[in-house]
Amino acid sequence: MRSPFFKNHLESNAKMVDFHGWEMPLQYSGIIDEHKNVRESVGLFDVSHMGRFKIKGEAESQIQHLITNDISKIGDKQVIYSPMCNEDGGIVDDVIVNKINSNEFVVIVNSSNIKKDLDWITENAKSCEIQNVTDDYALLALQGPKAENVLKDAGVEQIENLKSFHLLETKLYDVDCIISRTGYTGEDGFELFFDSKQVQVWEKLLETGTKYGIKPIGLGARDTLRLEAGLMLYGNDIDETITPLEAPLKWTVKFETEFIGKAALEQKKVEKKMRGFEIIEAQRVARKDNKIYDEEKEIGIVTSGSFSPTLGKPIGYCFVPVEYPLEREIKLDIGSKFYDSRLTSTRFYKR
Amino acid sequence: MAEKKFTKEHEWIEKSDQIIIVGITEFAQDQLGDIVSIELPQVSSSFKQNDVMVIIDSVKASSDIYCPVDGEIIEINEKLLEHPELINQSPYEEGWIVKIKPSNPEQIDSLLSKEQYDELVGQNKE
Repeated sequence: MRSPFFKNHLESNAKMVDFHGWEMPLQYSGIIDEHKNVRESVGLFDVSHMGRFKIKGEAESQIQHLITNDISKIGDKQVIYSPMCNEDGGIVDDVIVNKINSNEFVVIVNSSNIKKDLDWITENAKSCEIQNVTDDYALLALQGPKAENVLKDAGVEQIENLKSFHLLETKLYDVDCIISRTGYTGEDGFELFFDSKQVQVWEKLLETGTKYGIKPIGLGARDTLRLEAGLMLYGNDIDETITPLEAPLKWTVKFETEFIGKAALEQKKVEKKMRGFEIIEAQRVARKDNKIYDEEKEIGIVTSGSFSPTLGKPIGYCFVPVEYPLEREIKLDIGSKFYDSRLTSTRFYKR
Repeated sequence: MAEKKFTKEHEWIEKSDQIIIVGITEFAQDQLGDIVSIELPQVSSSFKQNDVMVIIDSVKASSDIYCPVDGEIIEINEKLLEHPELINQSPYEEGWIVKIKPSNPEQIDSLLSKEQYDELVGQNKE
């Protein structure tokens, strides 16, 4: 599959990669350069591979039943992040719910889960009208401290008053657009949802952003940015065998609401916990599935590992038994060599 | 400057007197992307052809570098420990990795010529 901006990526000499069946840009100028550009000024991401569903009708109570977070806490034109769990408390997907009003929602899901989620939501939100609009709408992310300046210069009114996790139905270069103040980078930023035929928006944003040094950003830097910011990647860090309480997503589980998987989450004893790690001294980069040892004993596994361009050292996430506290020293087995490492928070970067 | 030879695993070698200089090719560094660390062998350690002698980490992947011929490491490029990005910037010059004294110099003859290597890389690009 190809995003509406496929041609733009080729014109920008992107290195393309297959991502769950989508041909997407891995990098343009280089992962580290792109990463720093987002932290220091602004970057434009094509995230059109993410699934997009419109849910209409008596939707709010049905969505509440699907997600662990409390949708009643947000008003119209607000956004909430939440896992959706199965009956066992395992994470079916982690999603972003945009509430246009109480009868209309736009849900953003992971590209690897589009079909599964559509089936799951259809089955568990029976009285709603659910539409897969992934191909009808484009999704871009504009992220970084200068993102607001770019949208202001693009003529979007009131953008400076848009709060985090709120959305605006507006015009962007005369195109109808939903702009939410959300992202997956740990920076201030926006996600832009509009008709997929309006491909000129990509070029125009790059043009408007020139004076702020805007660059297109690929999936490589998207991964290192989210890793520094403590954000989960479905399929790596979380999946149906992991509960939100094992992942650092306890804050999204609101037991005062009713949702699928609640009973399991209330009963199940949490035995393992996700932690961050850093490798002491050595600069080796740990990767997914590398094993973690306490002396001779295998105690856990790496779910994500990469190099942090901001910190200039390798970082990652792992699962270890819940009794292993932060700062505890462990050993990482990378290519059959052991490296002294230390457990940390998953939040390596805060703006 | 002596003619370079290549391996299927994207190392290059250049013979000068009794030693060879080893690095990775432009194609390899481009595939790896930003290189962030390197583990170099001990000077005077010995390797057989195709043994893993160096590990390179880029942001997106880890990659083993194989010894192109039997031999002893006589020098390593210590600059790479502080500046692994030299391999990205200058794979054939400043980004050289090790110098080896081959114990079976005839193995060099069976490595790929530039034409053969370019053909191999051309196929990989498809």
